[in-house]
Amino acid sequence: MLSDAEWQAILISLRVAVTAVGGIMVPGIALAWLMARHEFRGKALLDGVLHLPLVLPPVVVGYLLLISLGRQGWLGQWLDTWFGITLPFTWQGAAVAAGVMAFPLLVRAVRLSLEAVDVKLEAAASTLGANRWRVFFTITLPLALPGLLTGTVLAFARALSEFGATITFAANIPGETRTLPLALYTLIQTPGAEAAAARLCVLSIIIAMLSLLVSEWLARLARRRLHERDSKR
Amino acid sequence: MLDETSAHSPQSHAANGPALSLDVARRQGDFHLQARLTLPGNGVTALFGASGSGKTSLLRLIAGLDRPDEGIIHLGEETLTDTRRGILIPPHRRHLGVVFQEARLFPHYRVRGNLTYGMRAAMRPRFDAIIELLGIGHLLQRFPATLSGGEARRVAIGRALLTAPRLLLMDEPLTGLDGARKRELLRYIARLAREIDIPIVYVSHDPGELTAIADYLVLLEHGRVLADGRLDALLNRFDLTEHLGGFDAESVIVASVAEHEPDYALTHLTLDDGQTLTVPSLDAGPGERLRLHIPVRDVALALSEPSGISYRNRLHATIERVGPRNDARTSIELSLNVSGQTLRTRLTRKAFDEMGLEEGMPVVALIRSVAFETR
Repeated sequence: MLSDAEWQAILISLRVAVTAVGGIMVPGIALAWLMARHEFRGKALLDGVLHLPLVLPPVVVGYLLLISLGRQGWLGQWLDTWFGITLPFTWQGAAVAAGVMAFPLLVRAVRLSLEAVDVKLEAAASTLGANRWRVFFTITLPLALPGLLTGTVLAFARALSEFGATITFAANIPGETRTLPLALYTLIQTPGAEAAAARLCVLSIIIAMLSLLVSEWLARLARRRLHERDSKR
Repeated sequence: MLDETSAHSPQSHAANGPALSLDVARRQGDFHLQARLTLPGNGVTALFGASGSGKTSLLRLIAGLDRPDEGIIHLGEETLTDTRRGILIPPHRRHLGVVFQEARLFPHYRVRGNLTYGMRAAMRPRFDAIIELLGIGHLLQRFPATLSGGEARRVAIGRALLTAPRLLLMDEPLTGLDGARKRELLRYIARLAREIDIPIVYVSHDPGELTAIADYLVLLEHGRVLADGRLDALLNRFDLTEHLGGFDAESVIVASVAEHEPDYALTHLTLDDGQTLTVPSLDAGPGERLRLHIPVRDVALALSEPSGISYRNRLHATIERVGPRNDARTSIELSLNVSGQTLRTRLTRKAFDEMGLEEGMPVVALIRSVAFETR
C-alpha cells in the first residue's frame, strides 16, 4: 500500500518527533514548574527567550543551531571532541531542531496547568508530612496531567510538522533526515510527482488527525479521574 | 443552650503533651501580628477573635506555612522556628496535624487514599478506630467530590489524625456548614478531644463553638493577644463580655446526669452540691458529666423561692461579684456562685437597685427551661 520511501519518511518523522518530545519532557516540566511556582530575577527575560522559537522564522532557529551545534560551532566542537557526537545532517540533529521548536509549546501548556493546581492542596500535603518531591509527584503533577497531555500532543504535532529549522540544520537527506514534510517538499519540487505528493499530503493529515484523537482520548481519561465523578453527585 | 458534648474531666488529659510557646511578629501589608503565648500541652485551646484578628495567621506560623518576620516557636523542648538562629523547620517535618477551613481533600484520591496519604506506620492499628470515631467508614471508596461538606471535614480530620500529630491545628473547621451539620461535626470534634490525647488548637470566631469545646482560650484582637487563660475564668470576666458573645454571652456549668423522665421527655441533672436541674431529654447515660451552656440573659433572680411560677429550675446561689455600673446602659451583669461554679446573669439596673442586691447576698437563680434546649 505504501511505498518504501513513504514508509521511510513516516518512520523517520515518528522517530524524530518521539525523540524530540521525549528529550524536552523533563526540562520542559521543570522549567514550567519553576515559572509557575517561583518568582526570580530575570523571569520575564527567560520567558521571552523561551518563546523565541514561536515567533522567530524557523530558518533563523535552524541557522542558530547550525552555528552553535555545527562542527565548527562552539557547542558542536565540544560535543564532537568529548563525546564523538555529530548533530548536523543526522536524524538526531533533526530531533534537536524539532525539540527546540516544540519546547515553548510544551512549557506553555504545562505551566498553565500547573498554575491551575491549587497551592492550598500542596500546602495540605506538606502538613501531612510530604516533602517537595512527594508533593510534586503525588499532588501537583497528577492534577496537572490533562494540561501535560495537551502540551505533549501539541509539542508532538509541532515536532512532526517541523520543516524550516530541520532543513537548515539537518538538511534533507533521504533515509536520514527526510521527514514527511521534507519528503513532501521534495516531491513538490519534482516535475510529474503530483500524485505522490498528494498521497503524502493525505498521509500527513491522517497522522495529524490520529494524534489529535489520541490526545483527546487521553485527556478525557485523565479528566474523568478528576471530574467526572463530580457530576455523579 | 446545652449541647451533648461532655465536660472534660481533668483526668481525661492526665497525659501532658508538650506545651507550645511562641513569641512572634509578622507584618502582612497593613496588618501587624504580634503574639507572645504559652499554650497548655493538653485539652482544647481556642484561638478566638473576629475575622482579621490574626487567628489564622497565627495558626499558619505554628504550622510552618508562613515565616514570622521575627520570633521563636517552641514545641516542648524542640525549636520549630527561630528567626535569629535561622531555624525554620518545614511543615512536613513538624509532625503537626492541620485541618483547614475548606477540608482540602485531594480530588484524585479516594477517601481511603486521602486518609492514608500521610499515615504513619504506628497509626495503622488505630485506622479502624479513628474512622469509626469519625463515622466515615462507609465513605472509604468514594471520591472527595461526592462528599457533603460535613463528611469532607471529618475525612480531613481523620487524615490529619492518622499522621500521629503532636498537636492538632484546626482552622474554623465548621465554616460553611449549616446549623445541623455544624452541631454534628462539633460533637465529633468534642468526642475526639476526649478520646484522643492530642492537644488541639482550635481557631474560631463563634462563641458558641468555644463554650462547647474549649478548655483554654486565647482572645485576639487586631493582631494582639487581648487575654488568655482558662475558658471558665475568661467567660466570667465582665470586661470581656463584649468580645465573648455580648448579648448572647453564656456561662458554662458542669452537671452530671441523674435520671431520665421519659413521660415528659426530660432529663434531671445534679450539681456537685446536690441541687438539681431539669432539661429536655438528653442522650447521655446516668453519671455522665455534661457542660450546660446557659445564656446570661436567660437567668433571672429572686430573693426567695417563688411560688406559682413556670420557671422549673431554681438554684440557690450567692452573688459573688457585681459588674461595672454604667449609667448610660439599661442593664448590669452579676456573677453568682452556684455549687462552686460561676453563673452569670444580666438584669436591668432598675431591678438591681429596687431589689437592693449586693455582693455576698443569697439569691435564687431562675433559669428558663428553654434555655437548655439543644440548638
